[in-house]
Order: sequence, then C-alpha cells, then structure tokens
Amino acid sequence: MGAANAKTGLGPHTTAEDVRTGLAVEVAGVGFSYGDRVALADVSFRVRSGEFFGFLGPNGGGKTTLFHLLATLSVPQSGRICVLGCDLATERAAVRRQIGVVFQNPGLDGKLTALENLLYHGHLYGMYGSRLRSRALAALEQLGVASRAADLVETLSGGLRRRVEAAKALVHDPALLLLDEPSTGLDPVVRRDFTRYLQELCRSRGVTVVLTTHYLEEADLCDRIAVLHRGSIVATGTPAELKAQVGGDVVVAHTRSPTALREKIERRLAVRAVTVDSTVRIEHARGHELAHHIMEAFGGEIDSISVGHPTLEDVFVHVTGSRFAGADEEASA
Amino acid sequence: MKEAALQCGTLWLREMKRFVRQRSRVVGAFMQPLVFWLLLGAGLKASFRPEGTAPGGGFVEYFYPGVLILVLLFTAIFSTIATVEDRHAGFLQGVLVSPIRPAALVMGQALGGTTLGLMEGLIFLALAPLAGIPLGIAAIAASVAAMALVAFALTSLGLLIAWRIESTQGFHTIMNLILMPLWMLSGAFFPAKGAPFWLGWAMRVNPLTYGVAALRRSLYRAHPAFTGHLPAMGPSFAISLGFALVSFAAAAAIVRRSNAF
Repeated sequence: MGAANAKTGLGPHTTAEDVRTGLAVEVAGVGFSYGDRVALADVSFRVRSGEFFGFLGPNGGGKTTLFHLLATLSVPQSGRICVLGCDLATERAAVRRQIGVVFQNPGLDGKLTALENLLYHGHLYGMYGSRLRSRALAALEQLGVASRAADLVETLSGGLRRRVEAAKALVHDPALLLLDEPSTGLDPVVRRDFTRYLQELCRSRGVTVVLTTHYLEEADLCDRIAVLHRGSIVATGTPAELKAQVGGDVVVAHTRSPTALREKIERRLAVRAVTVDSTVRIEHARGHELAHHIMEAFGGEIDSISVGHPTLEDVFVHVTGSRFAGADEEASA
Repeated sequence: MKEAALQCGTLWLREMKRFVRQRSRVVGAFMQPLVFWLLLGAGLKASFRPEGTAPGGGFVEYFYPGVLILVLLFTAIFSTIATVEDRHAGFLQGVLVSPIRPAALVMGQALGGTTLGLMEGLIFLALAPLAGIPLGIAAIAASVAAMALVAFALTSLGLLIAWRIESTQGFHTIMNLILMPLWMLSGAFFPAKGAPFWLGWAMRVNPLTYGVAALRRSLYRAHPAFTGHLPAMGPSFAISLGFALVSFAAAAAIVRRSNAF
C-alpha cells in the first residue's frame, strides 16, 4: 500500500473518490515565508480531475503565494506539491506543458491582435502552422471571442480581454487551468458571464479549473472551495457543505455598541453570539423567532436586524471569527 | 531544437510587430541621436578637433560613428524597457511558466533588438556622406557586421541588467549609471588619446571601445590613415564578438537561475 502510494504520488488520506477520478492537484504540508512573514503555513488539499475548485479568501490571505507555487513560478520552502501526477520539485518541465495559467496581471500584449497573442503562446509550446491556427481559433470560439480575433487587444474591453486570456491559456490543451483572481476589476455581470464560460469549459472538455477569488458569488459557483485565511486553509468542502456547518439561520444585528449588546443577548437569551465590526451575529436554528426576541428585548439599541440563510460570508465568520474583507469591499462598491 | 527555434522566432516576430505598431519608438531611437549629432557636432566643431579625423571634417565627422553606436544603444534600451514593462504587466510570467528555454528567450529578445538596431543603423548609415565619409560596398558590409555585434551585445547586456528590475524608473537609473557612461567612455564621444591616465584605462577595459573601433575602422576601410590610434580591425571585431557572447551567456544564465528551482 505504502509503496503503491509512493508510486502514484497519492498520500495516506486519499479517498476512494480521489482514486476513481484521479487527482489533478495534491498539496501536502506546504509552507512559504517572505522573511519573517509567514504567507502559507502547513497547507494541504487535493483537487480531483475535472473539478471546478476555488480558493476563497480576503486579499493578503496567501492566495497569490499559493497560486505562484501551483503555477511553477516559485518553490515551496517545505512540503510537497504534485500536479497531474508529477512532483513539482523534480518534474517541473512536464508540469508546465500540462497547465494553462492566467495570472492576476494582464498577460496579453496590447499591441498584438487576440489571435496573434494566441499564436505567440502556441509557438512557446512548440505548436505551429495550421494545427496551431485552428486550435487558437477554436479556443477563441470556446470563450465566445472568435469575432474579435483580428482586433488589437488594447482595443478590447476588460471582460473580453479576460476571455482572450483564458483562450490563450487553453491553446496548448492543458489538463489543468489555473486562474489567479480572474474576475478582479470586472463588473458583476461580466464577472458572472466569465465564470459561466469557465464552468462550461470544465464540464464540456473535462478541464480541471482551479481559481482564486475574493468574490463570494464566484466562490458559490465552484464545485468545491477551500477557505484560505492568514496562510492556512480553515475550511474545505462544497459551498452547500460549508453553509451547513453554520447552524440554521444567521441573525445579524447592527448596533453602535456591539460588545455590550452581545453580552446582554448571550445572558438573556442563552445563545452564543459573536461581534464582527459593528454587528452582533448569532447562528440559530430558528432565526426569525430569535430576531423577534432580540428586538423585543433590546430594540432601542439596534439600528437594524436581519435574518438569512448562511452565506459563504457567514461561513467565513463562523470558521475564522473575523469579517470577510473582500465582502465589505463588495458591499460598498 | 526545432521548438527552441520556434520560441526564439516568435519572440523576435513580436518585437518586430510591436515596433512597427509603435511609431514613437521608431522616431525616438533615431531622432534623439540625430539631434545629439547635429547639435553637439555643430557646437563642438570649432573647439574640438580630435586627432585621426580627416582634414576639414572635425567633430561632426569624428562624432558620426559614435552617434551610430548611440542609435544602437537607444534601440537596445527601448527593447529592454519593454521587457521590464512585460514583467510589470504580467506578460513575462506567462512566458516563464511556458516550456521556453532560457537561451531561446534571450536569443529571441537579443535578435529582436539587433534587427531593430540594424534597421535604424542602416538609415543612419545613409547619412555618412553628410559626415564627409564616402562609403563603398566593403565598408558598408563591414560596418553592418560591426553594428550587428554591438547591437546584439548591448541588447543582451540590457536584458541582463533589466532582468531583476521591477520598474522602468529603476531601469532609467541603472541606464544612466551604467549604459550611458559605457558609451561615453567608448571613444564614441572623445578619443582615448589625450584623456587623463585613469580615464584612458577605463576606456581600454570598456568592451564597447572595441565596438566603436570596429565600426570606425569599417567606415574608413578605404582610408585607414584616418583612424588614428585605434585598436586594430581584427582584435576589435574579436573583442566585440566576445562581448556579445559573454553578455548573451550571462543573460541566459540569469534567466535560467531566476526560472529554475
């Protein structure tokens, strides 16, 4: 058993499902520091083949560091990363041929047309001629930007550029597509559109997609997500599984003195509450009744109160005890 | 091998396309040295008559090969700045995670810079009669060879310097500190003979001195008497070739190191 695992690169905790579908990514005990600042601490996770997997976390949580490791741009200082069955430490060249990478910073040359950018990319992977051309056009088609193939990239809108970038990353037919914050800077409608294209790609071509995001709605569309907070993975599962961890409903009361209110609520109603910024949050099986009781008892101290099914933001608060910074940015935008 | 040629070729092609589509670059790399030449040539004509120039030619003529080298230097700087911008924009990251070989990356960029430098250089070469330098076919051929070596060396050197630099501002600082003095102390602007002892030595160890000498000797192929106390043709070409190869190897090494575990 041990020998077999060493050969396939699978760890001791591999499940039957992992074996059946194969693993696209396996990360075990990875750590990375910039000087004294720990960016990643003992990070372990798996992504199955064909999965649409998301890393959710606020900015500065370690997402980009992790992304650079997966994209073969840097090496883990401890631990081990296997991508598509190849150990990154020893088989980096093989991994590079099988991954498509979309970085956070724009990776297209604005002075080239969309098609030229894709051809350029194909040449780097040793492709050429009519085979490359038809693959490039097919990739543009797949992302719905074939009609703009002959346009200079600098004349395209942000959303179209992102799609051209994804098409570029697909030219060499990778088994794994990595995207770092692909929808940052896109407006919500364009963002949803883009994520749909990626999902479609994942379903129709069996490409494994791994992306990082600080948008909750984007994470909601993933098959599975890992929540990354201060360099550690604090939760992993399907969005539904994670929300189920939060008991029942979530009651959020906005107030000017959250600490005082929390203490009073906990004493009077015998529930566990947490304060996050200027709110008091309570996870409760019967949220409406609780909200009613709270308003009756402390209505004067409360600006507003809401009851809802748990969102990924609630999951984040549930597992970390702190507010999701990205979500706030979202609300104020 | 075929793949490396493809990688190198596509980098080169991109340089060409970008250049053609950015008119300001064409003008910048060519006009600035031209203005330098005309203004400095005219201004210093009366006060400065370096040994080794043709009688009656004066500084305008002396300065001409130096300005040709300056055209190559500016073109190299422009294409290196593009590399810094690529890094900044994220374009370079995409190249780095592809299966590209470091040598192919540097070769593509260096050949791109060399081609652009040669194109600008050839236009400038057409002005040689204005400087009072009559050119024959042999002189043109030798000059092109000298310019190619210098352009290749300077682009590789620029890449070597720029590779670790994150911002264009940073690159400008380095450029003013390294590349411009390299040119000033190459005999392009004033001859080594008559310079203070330490400066003379700085010029002797400057590899670009031999590039300028190779070009000067090529231009004056038919009139070797006008080339004064310059290093001989053979050694000048040999050292320029060495400069090009060493810069290339060093740039390839730094790219390999930054992109290897």
